[in-house]
Amino acid sequence: MSHSLTPRLAVNVVLLLILGLVPVYAALTDNTFVMTLFTRVIILAIAALSLNLIMGFGGMVSFGHAAYLGIGGYAVGILSKEGIDSGFVQWPVAIGASALFALVVGTLSLRTRGVYFIMITLAFAQMVYYIAIGLDRYGGDDGLTIYHQSQFGGLVNLNNKTVFYYLCLVLLLAGIYAVWRIVNSRFGLVIRGARSNEGRMRAIGFPTFRYKLTCFVIAGAMCGLAGALLANHTNYISPAIMEWTRSGDLIVMAVLGGMRAAFGPLIGAMTFLLLEDWLSRVTDYPNLIIGPVLLIVAIYINGGIDGLLGRRRHG
Amino acid sequence: MADALLEIEDLTKRFGGVIASDRISLTLKRGELHAIIGPNGAGKTTLIGQLTGEIAPDAGSVRFDGQDITALPVYRRSAIGLARSFQITSLFLDFTALDNVALAVQAHAGHSFRFWRNAGSDDELREPARAALVNVGLGARADVLAADLSHGERRQLEIAMALATKPRVLLLDEPMAGMGPEESVRLIEILRRLKGGVTILLIEHDMDAVFALAERISVLVYGRIIASGDPAAIRADPVVRQAYLGEGKGAGGG
Repeated sequence: MSHSLTPRLAVNVVLLLILGLVPVYAALTDNTFVMTLFTRVIILAIAALSLNLIMGFGGMVSFGHAAYLGIGGYAVGILSKEGIDSGFVQWPVAIGASALFALVVGTLSLRTRGVYFIMITLAFAQMVYYIAIGLDRYGGDDGLTIYHQSQFGGLVNLNNKTVFYYLCLVLLLAGIYAVWRIVNSRFGLVIRGARSNEGRMRAIGFPTFRYKLTCFVIAGAMCGLAGALLANHTNYISPAIMEWTRSGDLIVMAVLGGMRAAFGPLIGAMTFLLLEDWLSRVTDYPNLIIGPVLLIVAIYINGGIDGLLGRRRHG
Repeated sequence: MADALLEIEDLTKRFGGVIASDRISLTLKRGELHAIIGPNGAGKTTLIGQLTGEIAPDAGSVRFDGQDITALPVYRRSAIGLARSFQITSLFLDFTALDNVALAVQAHAGHSFRFWRNAGSDDELREPARAALVNVGLGARADVLAADLSHGERRQLEIAMALATKPRVLLLDEPMAGMGPEESVRLIEILRRLKGGVTILLIEHDMDAVFALAERISVLVYGRIIASGDPAAIRADPVVRQAYLGEGKGAGGG
């Protein structure tokens, strides 16, 4: 890999600078809204990143990925309601429960392909959605207010918005780095090979199912963490967090940013959420504009926004 | 038979009313190049499919080095040393030639639950892959995307991938299909070099290739082996001449 200043590198560096300086800007201008918006961008970028690991690199189009946001969020909400505020308990439970759910969904869905796979993942997500609606003790349809942030002793104080922001940013960057390492490792090559030509992968001796399932579980766990962060961000959790349209939004973010790029989901999440925010202020029908933009990206720009920054050698 | 590596016994496969494999029995000796010829629809690809495990036979058995592998799944057969190249090239088109072969090497280098180290700079995978590419004459094309290779080069890549898995038996399903005369000649040369080093079952339409390469030939017609023997015997066999070679382009070729 060359270290010359390519457009891609330049864009990524500028992006990181912007993300790093948001709290400074917010403090100088006393603008709390921008903090809220960008914290949301970062958290959903983690979710889109996890989806992109299975979808962009593994070819597994999960249409139920928001379920992991919900499971992670509810893990924090339910434990908090029951008086357990320790993040050292909440977050591992959020991650573990999401991983377990991914294991079940993956085991039952990964032997199917295409539309069937999409439908099964969607069906599981809808199931969790309706279970959440049925949780009367935890607010049912109305959701559940979370009165305390996750507590990490004296280690980090999530009540401090700036601290929370930087924690999310560090987790996102660690996630991007981890995904980048994974997709270039032997494990990652198996996943990408299975996307490219699964029959051939088996013929040369790979039991592809167990690798895809492992990848599916990693992605679920990562999205569960995003759910725990989201619950801490909004101090509130409701079934709406895992509506099927949210799963659609995550797919859109990944596709928009560029599915073959480690930074793609971040670029996609940022573009999508900033566009949505801006459009909802200038028009009553933001989707009338977001829809066509997406169509154009999907049809004309191979590789999403990342694809505009120059050709990649291979997937 | 001590020198038998692959033993096929009474292999039978029906598709509806059609018998694609009709009690096929065949023995592949260690180190030999055994060719199977037969007209279109004779059941050649169905036979290979049953050897690699992609198609389950209705009856009969396949033994590999004495072990019954009739019910072994595809990836396990590959692991014990049975490799195939596909009649229709089946590559990772968005990977480079070298990446394609490296993946085949990786498949036989232990498990792949290794999440961190960059596989693209792993000499344990890259070196054998490079060697296999050189072996089939693609050394200079290592960094070209498989999608950008010519038809003939893709065939060569197919064989490099099969070779990279260090197979004990190589199943080649019509490697010459769709090749121009020059490409065929080059591939025959490549196979001639490989011969002896690895046991090869060659299914092929190209009679020039078969008679140039094979030590033994079996003739498959309507799912049945009607003759088996060395090239001279096959060429002289009246049943074969009538059933298949009769007006064949290769009959007068040698």
